Amino acid sequence: MGRTASPAARLEPGVRLSLVEAQGLWDLDLLTLGHRADQVRCRLNPSDRVTYVVDRNINYTNICTSGCRFCAFFRSPGEPEGYVLDEEGLARKLAELKAHGGSGVLLQGGLNPDLPLAYYEDLVRQIKNAGLGVHGFSPPEIAFMGQRFGLPLKEVLARLMEAGLSSIPGGGAEILADRVRSQISPRKGSSARWLEVMAAAHELGLKTSATMMFGHLETRAERLEHLMKIRDLQDRTQGFTSFIPWTFQPGGTALGGEPLGAVEYLRTLAVSRLVLDNVPHLQVSWVTQGPKIAQVALKFGADDFGSTMLEENVVAATGVGFRLSREEIETLVRQAGYEPQVRDHRYSLL
Amino acid sequence: MASLRFEDQALLPIHEKVLAGRRLDAADGLTLFHSPDLLGVGYLANLVRERLHGRKAFYIYNQHLNYSNICVNGCKFCAFGKKAEEEGAYEMTLEEIFAKVEARRSEPITEIHIVGGCHPTLPFSFYLEMLRGIKARRPQVHLQAFTAVEVAHLAELHGASVEDALRALRDAGLGSLPGGGAEVFSTRVRQALCPQKLGPEGWLSVAQTAHRLGMNTNATMLYGHMESLEERVDHMLKLRAAQDQTGGFLSFIPLAFHPQNTAIDHLQGPSAFDDLKTLAVSRLLLDNFPHIKAFWIMLGPKMAQLSLCFGVDDVDGTVMEERITHMAGAQTPQGLTRAQLEGLIREAGCVPVERDTLYREVAEAAA
Repeated sequence: MGRTASPAARLEPGVRLSLVEAQGLWDLDLLTLGHRADQVRCRLNPSDRVTYVVDRNINYTNICTSGCRFCAFFRSPGEPEGYVLDEEGLARKLAELKAHGGSGVLLQGGLNPDLPLAYYEDLVRQIKNAGLGVHGFSPPEIAFMGQRFGLPLKEVLARLMEAGLSSIPGGGAEILADRVRSQISPRKGSSARWLEVMAAAHELGLKTSATMMFGHLETRAERLEHLMKIRDLQDRTQGFTSFIPWTFQPGGTALGGEPLGAVEYLRTLAVSRLVLDNVPHLQVSWVTQGPKIAQVALKFGADDFGSTMLEENVVAATGVGFRLSREEIETLVRQAGYEPQVRDHRYSLL
Repeated sequence: MASLRFEDQALLPIHEKVLAGRRLDAADGLTLFHSPDLLGVGYLANLVRERLHGRKAFYIYNQHLNYSNICVNGCKFCAFGKKAEEEGAYEMTLEEIFAKVEARRSEPITEIHIVGGCHPTLPFSFYLEMLRGIKARRPQVHLQAFTAVEVAHLAELHGASVEDALRALRDAGLGSLPGGGAEVFSTRVRQALCPQKLGPEGWLSVAQTAHRLGMNTNATMLYGHMESLEERVDHMLKLRAAQDQTGGFLSFIPLAFHPQNTAIDHLQGPSAFDDLKTLAVSRLLLDNFPHIKAFWIMLGPKMAQLSLCFGVDDVDGTVMEERITHMAGAQTPQGLTRAQLEGLIREAGCVPVERDTLYREVAEAAA
């Protein structure tokens, strides 16, 4: 069962796509692909809810030794524009979020060699003590701490959890194909390492998301390789809450080039929904696509509108500057015929 | 198979009609607008689009000239028009206009698109000299100029009939009329937003007079402000009836309302669902219009690209300077290069075709 003569043939409900069948999805026209992804969305998320989180991004440092060629945000150690967020700065940002009725913080930063482990623990503790959830540290940051402080991954994770870490964002995955990683982010670690951190987190009971940054040097086949790796790990751990694909923004980066268009974004979003049959939620990227395409994406398999962010620095560094308030997100969702619903970073409804 | 395709079963009878090539009516238009099945509506529009044009998607290498923003009309949805004494009002001299034409003389431009306000005092000779002067400098370029509103205003101001004004403009070099100023053909909406503007009968009469003189025109609809869906459908059906009579419309161009800097900036403007549905419904209702255009300056390159999968076959041009929409806060870039336009068309699964104003393929695209 499951194998159909033509990969592009009808999708049976609940039948897992093989790699060959997934490859055949690229041959479908955009609307057929969207229609099928929407059917899977309706099976996995049958309500007409579209969730989002009221949070803020906090980028505790932009100093980073990774030097990824797709990044316009980082500064190398010693550069004058480098910064590290201090306790008072953090307190101000948390107060701002509380005033907005936020439930948590998306905490991410560069791989900064000058920070002690206590800095990270204090960050987490301060956020937790403010009564906020801590969705923090992408796998490259966790792996960096392990290496920097000579600790096993689970030990790093356990110490951060003890300080109050509640879930992990899926950043730094880029494309989980080492041919691509070796060219765009050679110092960031292999795809196996990224998956290893996620597996360790899931085993300790942490929920995580997973991302994919596409539209640079990767092929469509490598996007599928990425999806298959996520699907395989999810079969083992069930720890991924959601998948968030977004397109590389070339402005101000060493990699450069033209950004992918909306059609390829929507195709990839729909393929993600169809392949990742075991990941509950799929998130739109309004930060890279803008509000209009993000709204349309709700018909291409997505059931989550992401977050309010309050500030966003990483994509903004490329010159792409979309901003949405809570009210705007709710309006966009309603216009599309869905009901907006606030959630937290672990996808519990609030 | 059909039920697999449509989430909304109300689309099935319309699907039958589309397959049979039967004309849709106002009720069908409303069913389409009210349907939650965005992809189903897009699929229907694409059946028609592909029947007419296959996978071709047209664009034009053009130059926009907005010679003046001084306007007597004061339409509430407009951020461009100014009274003569108002701050920000401008008018280009003939020399400035010619200099803009000269500045891009080395580029393979096939059309110059000229639109302004209803200027209270410029003499008729100004318009004739503008056309003659541009034509003298670029004889091969097609001049698409003056909305029906400007033409009617010019005729009235100078005591000529519309037909005589159009003849004089044509003899000076006018090739065709853009479709602007139609707004929405609803008396209710026009009373509220643009009471001084040329009405629907006048607008259609100018367009049809141009058609009878052998000139093509386009037609627009400004949507996403206070008009109802019924009023949109009615607008499209009035255009369809006019096209049945004179056949001179080339393309229909739905224009998304941009609220910023207008007198009705408390309104939101249309959603993405609304944009795509409006384009798709127009493709389905306007069965006698050859082309549906998504003006990327208004929709943005991403939505314009996506619209190619929702019934649209034209994304307009490699516009390098455009003022009207940008004064209303459009966030879109000022220009796209040919490579960027062709790239986004190909990514949508279409074949880019450079056209001239009359939709003839430009054989040698000098890159």
